[in-house]
Amino acid sequence: MRDGKPPAERIPILKMGEFLLVTIQVEMHDRLVMGLQDELTQQIVQHRARGVLIDISALEIVDSFIGRALGNIAKMARVLDAETVVVGMQPAVAITLVELGLNLEGVRTALNAEKGMALMRRGFDAR
Amino acid sequence: MPAVREETMDVRSDEDVMRVRQVTRQWAIDLGFSLIDQTKIVTAASELARNALIYGGGGITRFEALHEGARRGLRLTFEDKGPGIADVAQAMRDGFTSGSGLGLGLGGARRLSNEFDIVSAPGQGTTVRIARWK
Repeated sequence: MRDGKPPAERIPILKMGEFLLVTIQVEMHDRLVMGLQDELTQQIVQHRARGVLIDISALEIVDSFIGRALGNIAKMARVLDAETVVVGMQPAVAITLVELGLNLEGVRTALNAEKGMALMRRGFDAR
Repeated sequence: MPAVREETMDVRSDEDVMRVRQVTRQWAIDLGFSLIDQTKIVTAASELARNALIYGGGGITRFEALHEGARRGLRLTFEDKGPGIADVAQAMRDGFTSGSGLGLGLGGARRLSNEFDIVSAPGQGTTVRIARWK
C-alpha cells in the first residue's frame, strides 16, 4: 500500500442514458475529491443528466471532507435538476460516519448499485 | 507508557494526508484491531492530519504501538507549528471552523478515539494526541 502506484488524478465518470455513473475505486486525496465535484457538475449540464449514481463500495473511509463533498454534489446536482444517489457504503464506514457526526443531509443512499439504479429509474419519487 | 514501536511522518500535502490514513490502517491491522476500530482510527487520523495541513501549515504525525499488559493500543500524535488555537473549547465544538473544513474535525476525532488531548496556544502551534485501544 505504502509503495503502491501514485494516486489517480481523476475519477472516471460514465454516461449511461440520462444518468451519470461514478465508481470510486481509488483512495481519494482532497484535490481528487474537489476535482470530481467540479467535473460531475460540468457533465450534468453537458449531458443534461437526470441522475447521478456514486458507488463508494470500495471506499474504506468517509471523513468529513469526503462527506461534505458528497453533500455538495447532491446539492449542486439538484440545482441542475438532477438527483444523486450514493450506493454501497460499507457497514464500518456507516458506523464511523454516525459517530463522526456526519449525517449526509440531502444525500439519497441505496444499499448497492442495482438498488440505486432502480431508484433513479423510478425517478426517485417513492421511498 | 512506553511505546513498543514508533514512526514519524511528515504531513505537507494532500497525498501525505492520504498516506497517514494508509499507515494508520496498517498499524491498526498489525495490532489486531477489528475492521470497525480500524475504520474509526483511520477516519480520526484523516481529520487530524488534514487539520495539521490546513490550519497548521503542515506538520508531523507520530505513530506509537502501545502494549499495556494484554491490551494493545495505537497512539497518534499530530503536531504543527502553525498559528495555534486561541479558544480550544470553541474549536472542539461541531460546526466551528476557521478554515475550509467543516468543523467536525476535532469533535469528530475525539468521538472516534478512546483518549484525546489537545495542547494549543496562539503562536505555539497545535498538538493533538489520540489513542484507541483494541
